[in-house]
Amino acid sequence: MENTPQFLGRNVFDLDDYSAEEIMYILEAAKGMKEINLREYKKIPTLRGKTICTLFVENSTRTRMSFELAASRLSADVVSFQAEVSALQKGESLQDTVYTLDAMGIDLYCIRHSSPGSPQLVHKYSGKPVINGGDGRHAHPTQALLDIFSIWEKLGDIRGLKITIVGDILNSRVVRSNLIGMKKLGAEVTVCGPRTLMPSFMEEVYGCKVQYDLQTALKDADVVMGLRMQLERQTEGLFPSLEEYTKHYVLSKDTIKFAKKDALIMHPGPMNRGIEILPEIADSQQSIIVEQVANGVAVRMALMFLILGGKA
Amino acid sequence: MKTLIKQANTYIDGKFQICDLMIEDDKIIKIATHIADIADRVIEAAGMHLFPGFVDLHAHLRDPGQTYKEDIVSGTKAAAKGGFTTICAMPNTDPVTDNIAAVEYIHRRAKDLGYCKVRVIGALTKGSEGKEISEMATMQSGGIVAVSDDGKCVQNARLMTNCMKYAANFELPIIIHAEDYNLAGKGQIHAGKVASRLGLSGIPALAEEVIIARDTMLAASTKVQLHIAHVSSAGALELIQNAIAKGLPISCEVTPHHLLLTEEATATFDTNMKMKPPLRSEKDRAALVKALREGLIACIATDHAPHADYEKEREFDHAPFGVIGFETAFAVIYHHLVLSGELSLERLIEVLTEAPAKLFKLDCGRLAEGKAADMVLADLNQDIHIEADNILSKSKNSPWLNQRFKGKILYTFCDGKITWQAE
Repeated sequence: MENTPQFLGRNVFDLDDYSAEEIMYILEAAKGMKEINLREYKKIPTLRGKTICTLFVENSTRTRMSFELAASRLSADVVSFQAEVSALQKGESLQDTVYTLDAMGIDLYCIRHSSPGSPQLVHKYSGKPVINGGDGRHAHPTQALLDIFSIWEKLGDIRGLKITIVGDILNSRVVRSNLIGMKKLGAEVTVCGPRTLMPSFMEEVYGCKVQYDLQTALKDADVVMGLRMQLERQTEGLFPSLEEYTKHYVLSKDTIKFAKKDALIMHPGPMNRGIEILPEIADSQQSIIVEQVANGVAVRMALMFLILGGKA
Repeated sequence: MKTLIKQANTYIDGKFQICDLMIEDDKIIKIATHIADIADRVIEAAGMHLFPGFVDLHAHLRDPGQTYKEDIVSGTKAAAKGGFTTICAMPNTDPVTDNIAAVEYIHRRAKDLGYCKVRVIGALTKGSEGKEISEMATMQSGGIVAVSDDGKCVQNARLMTNCMKYAANFELPIIIHAEDYNLAGKGQIHAGKVASRLGLSGIPALAEEVIIARDTMLAASTKVQLHIAHVSSAGALELIQNAIAKGLPISCEVTPHHLLLTEEATATFDTNMKMKPPLRSEKDRAALVKALREGLIACIATDHAPHADYEKEREFDHAPFGVIGFETAFAVIYHHLVLSGELSLERLIEVLTEAPAKLFKLDCGRLAEGKAADMVLADLNQDIHIEADNILSKSKNSPWLNQRFKGKILYTFCDGKITWQAE
């Protein structure tokens, strides 16, 4: 695999900093990484001597494991810093935390934080490249890349594909990053959910379509993505009950039939089976939900490799 | 001690004229085309502009209680640099300025150590907790000019009605910070395109507008003088216009940042663009400029709100709301709105001087014989450069950092004393 200087030392705050060509280049690199993950000995020496820090100020075992596995398979040393937001509020600031970590010689940060814009702060304080592993409702570019990778792997060219994303759009960083990436690659994206869970100005900001009716939203879709519906939105007064939500927005055999036959079924996880998606769909032949997880490691390996300038 | 300012382009009752102006001690004693009398000091001011000292109805001096952000000395020094000679201090100090002893403390400190005159706004409710009416009449005997719970907003309409009746009883104006807490929620920036893009919680204009609708209705029934602080949306202006059209004694102010910046400024997560109400859309901003030009907005107020670096230097949604404004108010508006022809220089000076003074019946804001010598001498062709290092306020949370603006204030006189002199 060839490395290219244009990726060296770059941040991945969100996908708007990357051109369509660059996104495709990352996907190609991820393809190579995926092949490594299928080997019996899943490790290459390319980032030996580099130190990658996962800085997680919001719980996420899955994403952290994916980043750490990716780093390990490239032979980087991995250190993990985990804190509760509340602890960071009361005690040491993010600035001081990063100064402390930086003094230990970190080459790359992978950050998860509940505050939008915090990856930019980590870069500001450390001067080191930062991969955003999810910042509040703002962005989750590695998830978007792995989603796009998964579609590309199955369906080829993204251009012209009809992609429908269903659920709590308001609270989803996955949607925001996916919209940027998918639109750049020429997909037609429709977002669907109840009005109370739909941000304003979606058409203007992202150039996507907005639908409030699931059946209309799913019409002729090549790809259907469900999103995690959180119970706490009910207590926030955004919808009356999970039961009523499910009645109108669940991905089931009955609703998915409006999409194209064999449409890909996706979900960023963790799933609430029976709420936003029924097992009959989540576990169907069309579903690539488990593969998305595998692709996540490959995509994160590709980014680390490109940013830190690994040698193949 | 006599000082003669010669041939400045001088703002007198709404018009500019080139003339000489003589001050003796703390008073203006003579204004004439040419003054031949002998003075102890003569300032040759041809080509320069002489304005009445600026008046700010809305400032946070953080003293007592948060003097790491600002205190009466640093705050008034910064105000003097910005041309202000009278500022009104909001009561959200720690403890809250809700009693006469607290009012007297601020007056005494300002009189002994200050670089401009400080008038006090007392709390509307005790502790600004929105539960019980403050002892506003007692504070009035100590010299407060208005009452407000600024930074907070009385949510209980019944209590607000009683506050209004009570304030009307003593002819005290009420200043409101219009914010419905439920609608504002955990909002960080304007609920617009940028909030949708950044995933930050939004503060809708409706959060401001429903309170303005409520309080203008309550004001109509209680006949209180109501002043609406830092108006920010086109919808709010419409409500205020309707209320004023009914002949009610209602007024509003606008800040320099709401006149000049929009939600786009928050797109880089710059916490110096975070304040309440938030920077709104371009449509709102344009409506504010028009309303200021046409007179619906009575005056400019800075809402000078200092916060320490380490408070602002953090995750966007954990940083406090507010920006400083004393040192930049005149220059940023002159540079952006007067030079572009959107606002006349006369109107800019009016809304910084006479207009706010009139609202709270302050005896200042005009250049006339016998009046206090509160004046600003400016060179509109010279630049100021805003850098953290040259900001006099203790806090550096300015939205204008590292920018240059035309309109340099060379001297500020307060009661005839030079309180600011540019290098």
